[in-house]
Amino acid sequence: MKNIRNFCIIAHIDHGKSTLADRLLEFTKTISSRDLQAQVLDDMDLERERGITIKSHAIQMEYQSGAEKYILNLIDTPGHVDFSYEVSRSIAACEGALLVVDAAQGIQAQTISNLYLALEHELEIIPVLNKIDLPSAEPETVKDQIVDLVGCRREDIISASGKTGLGIEEILSAIISRIPAPKGNPDAPLKALIFDSVFNSFRGIIAYFRVIDGEIRKNDHVKFVATGKDYIADEIGILKLDKLPREIIRTGDVGYIISGIKEAREVKVGDTITTVDKPCREAVKGFEDVKPMVFAGIYPVDTDEYEELRNSMEKLQLNDASLVFQPESSAALGFGFRCGFLGMLHMEIIQERLEREFDMTVITTVPNVSYTAYLTDGSVMDIHNPSEMPEPNFLQRIEEPYIKAQIITKSEFIGPIMTLCIGKRGTIMGQHYLTTDRVELTFHMPLAEIVFDFYDKLKSISKGYASFDYHPIGYQESDLVKLDIRLNSEPVDALSALVHRSHSYDFGRKMCEKLKELITRQQFEIIIQASIGSKIIARETVKALRKDVTAKCYGGDISRKRKLLEKQKEGKKRMRQVGNVEIPQQAFLAVLKLN
Amino acid sequence: MAGIYIHIPYCRQACHYCDFHFSTTRNSIPEMVLALEGELRIRSGYLNGQQVHSVYFGGGTPSILEPEAITHMLSVIHELFDIHPDAEITLEANPDDLTLSYLTFLRESGINRLSIGVQSFSDKDLLVMNRVHTAEQALQSIENAVKAGFQNLTIDLIYGTPGMSDSQWNKNLDIAFSIGLNHLSCYSLTVEPRTALASFISTGKMKDVDDGQATRQFLILMDRAAGAGFIHYEISNFGKEGFFSRHNTSYWSGSHYLGIGPSAHSFDGLSRQWNVSSNPEYIRSLKAGKVPFVREELTRRDRYNEYILTSLRMHTGINGEEILEKFGDTKRKDFLQAVSPFLISGEIFEFEGRYILTRKGKLMADRITSELFLW
Repeated sequence: MKNIRNFCIIAHIDHGKSTLADRLLEFTKTISSRDLQAQVLDDMDLERERGITIKSHAIQMEYQSGAEKYILNLIDTPGHVDFSYEVSRSIAACEGALLVVDAAQGIQAQTISNLYLALEHELEIIPVLNKIDLPSAEPETVKDQIVDLVGCRREDIISASGKTGLGIEEILSAIISRIPAPKGNPDAPLKALIFDSVFNSFRGIIAYFRVIDGEIRKNDHVKFVATGKDYIADEIGILKLDKLPREIIRTGDVGYIISGIKEAREVKVGDTITTVDKPCREAVKGFEDVKPMVFAGIYPVDTDEYEELRNSMEKLQLNDASLVFQPESSAALGFGFRCGFLGMLHMEIIQERLEREFDMTVITTVPNVSYTAYLTDGSVMDIHNPSEMPEPNFLQRIEEPYIKAQIITKSEFIGPIMTLCIGKRGTIMGQHYLTTDRVELTFHMPLAEIVFDFYDKLKSISKGYASFDYHPIGYQESDLVKLDIRLNSEPVDALSALVHRSHSYDFGRKMCEKLKELITRQQFEIIIQASIGSKIIARETVKALRKDVTAKCYGGDISRKRKLLEKQKEGKKRMRQVGNVEIPQQAFLAVLKLN
Repeated sequence: MAGIYIHIPYCRQACHYCDFHFSTTRNSIPEMVLALEGELRIRSGYLNGQQVHSVYFGGGTPSILEPEAITHMLSVIHELFDIHPDAEITLEANPDDLTLSYLTFLRESGINRLSIGVQSFSDKDLLVMNRVHTAEQALQSIENAVKAGFQNLTIDLIYGTPGMSDSQWNKNLDIAFSIGLNHLSCYSLTVEPRTALASFISTGKMKDVDDGQATRQFLILMDRAAGAGFIHYEISNFGKEGFFSRHNTSYWSGSHYLGIGPSAHSFDGLSRQWNVSSNPEYIRSLKAGKVPFVREELTRRDRYNEYILTSLRMHTGINGEEILEKFGDTKRKDFLQAVSPFLISGEIFEFEGRYILTRKGKLMADRITSELFLW
């Protein structure tokens, strides 16, 4: 146990975490550079394209230092706010963390909040100044930020470059000398923390764990504390580039378990594994049932594909337990599902996976958060869909979820960011200068405001120099109204939204303008109206299309014209008819694109 | 029935609406003529020995060429291809080029059909379009053409031009139907991306085209043409019986055609190909003995969709029997099902197994076409 080191890497997206990890794996000969498919740890296509590690993984390295051979377990962490609970569990499985900061970009909000998490778990922090070879690097300024934040000594910061391999050896020796060995009781009953799980279509769910106390053996009869279910450990092992089966995983080490589990929801990140015969006295602290934060309807574009969509969602749920859904119906869209997501990125990922992996064409409706309605009869209900909103006369009050938002930016952008956050009903809670020109702003604001276009706006007003992170802080009372959209006087339920009364007129006007842009002209006039109750608050008209014929074809270029019309037909397949109006797929998400 | 198209990619000045391939730098014309001849020789087998019923010089502005260049190319074509004795040999021309002596020369060199780019008989419209000629020149050129002995004569007109009133459009048609023409092509002004027109409209320098106006003027056109004894044989083409353009028809009737010159398109029944849209690149490549082109093989689905696209534009419409022959009974059944809503809406009518656009349907040809595509 004294030769085991468990660590993770805390870094902002694009600060070079994956490249640095690759160098560590190469240097310790865990993989050859031939195996390196750009960035090994991110193995979903989607992850590589987005440059975000969506699901965490783990890998074991061996490293000879002097006469001693060490086992280094690198536990990867997801890099997006939607997955912050999973980050906290990965951190809880480690004794140390590499804090990787881009020498040109400096510390970002994401880094800070994950660093705080690591400090809470008393992890040993090894600061690494990465991309030191960039011409735009400002090592001294960024070192100041790190010293200020971590409270370390300047000389503790390791300068590195994932690209050239500079500093890799120094990082490895720091991992051995500075990160403490795991402390656990080898003689105590088994207590292991599940920090991640993956779905394998042949083997079922594979859970990744860290042994805190005791040891786990192949064929042990184990129990998962939170779910209360028990299994036989059919296969256990360690994680290299591939899974390597072992007979036993000892105290302090990291491994995987396969026990014929079919559904992801049986394996909860943060749960504790113990044995049925000799259970541990208490579970690992910090377990939470992850609750979805954002809800939206997902409907098949082709109504006949409802059952196929259900099958696809069930399959997705097998490897993504954080996706929840239940059937719902909409007058406009027919039968579909109300789905709960961890956040907006998670929602986009699910939508993309449905399209890519299952070839489903879906319509996603306006996302909303979960509201709590207190009714006049004393009952309480959760609202996941604007259509569930009770009539005002039954409603005593309604509460909406709030978040604490941390934004780190250059001081020149404080003004516009304040304006943005206050416009989004935020309250400033703190302003803290990290260096003379970098500032951390803290706001309390409604989660619903983040769900819309907040992040894009923040990026554009700060020219990309703002990073953002958030955590839920509970519910607060709010003055919400239900805004409906009508097309040729037919209400389109899938376009309804719950908005704050103070924003409702502005919101309604922008919705109408955006829909006017997105709804293609048809042979008749289309009137778009926004209303609250029976009161119309905004209106736009899409003029009738009277003529649709190309007069001239470029010198016999039939192909170009054919492709154009084929595209038109393809677009039409993605439309939904409501009343007599055809609505394109993207119109249902119009609300996200409001300016 | 096969055709040859030769693209002459030069103009004296750029019309604001045009997105065809042309250049106003004319010093490479002699080299271009050599390159065109080179391509004709390299591709003399493309039509598989089929007899050629139409030769068409398009552009650009073919009338920018010296008469000798045209005579030379025609002699090369006669040398390499089997040209039908009554073949239609057309040259597109701009009014300002058509002096009586030039026209006489053309007539003698074997050009038997002239397509004059008049566009409008109003100087105001011509200015909006940045045409190089005046209305008076246009009238003069037609008179000259008749004098030079051209009986097969057509003009192009454009409607829907910003600012063009319905009465101006009627005036244009009055003239067109009173000067002894047997054929007329009329195009609705379309704003193509990356043209001067598109830029003027987006910057507010010019009013956008008004589709209400374009619709009205298209309807006026259909009525007037019918009244003058012209048959609306293709969306943009009108002709008296016996004077339908073989060239225009070939695009829409599935005939094979060989396209020569930069940006020209060719079709051999199974694939389409088009040459590079750059004069220097085209000339350079042909100097090295290579034709610079991109080819696209057509799948069965592509051919079906093209059949729908092209035949719906013709007054002969889509032939149910032809679908059966070319694509089988399932496709015909699918077609019959897809077409029925348009029979009900009155946009298509059926006549002896042919499905033909009605006057109402002609306004929506693109939309109907795309809905009749089968996947």
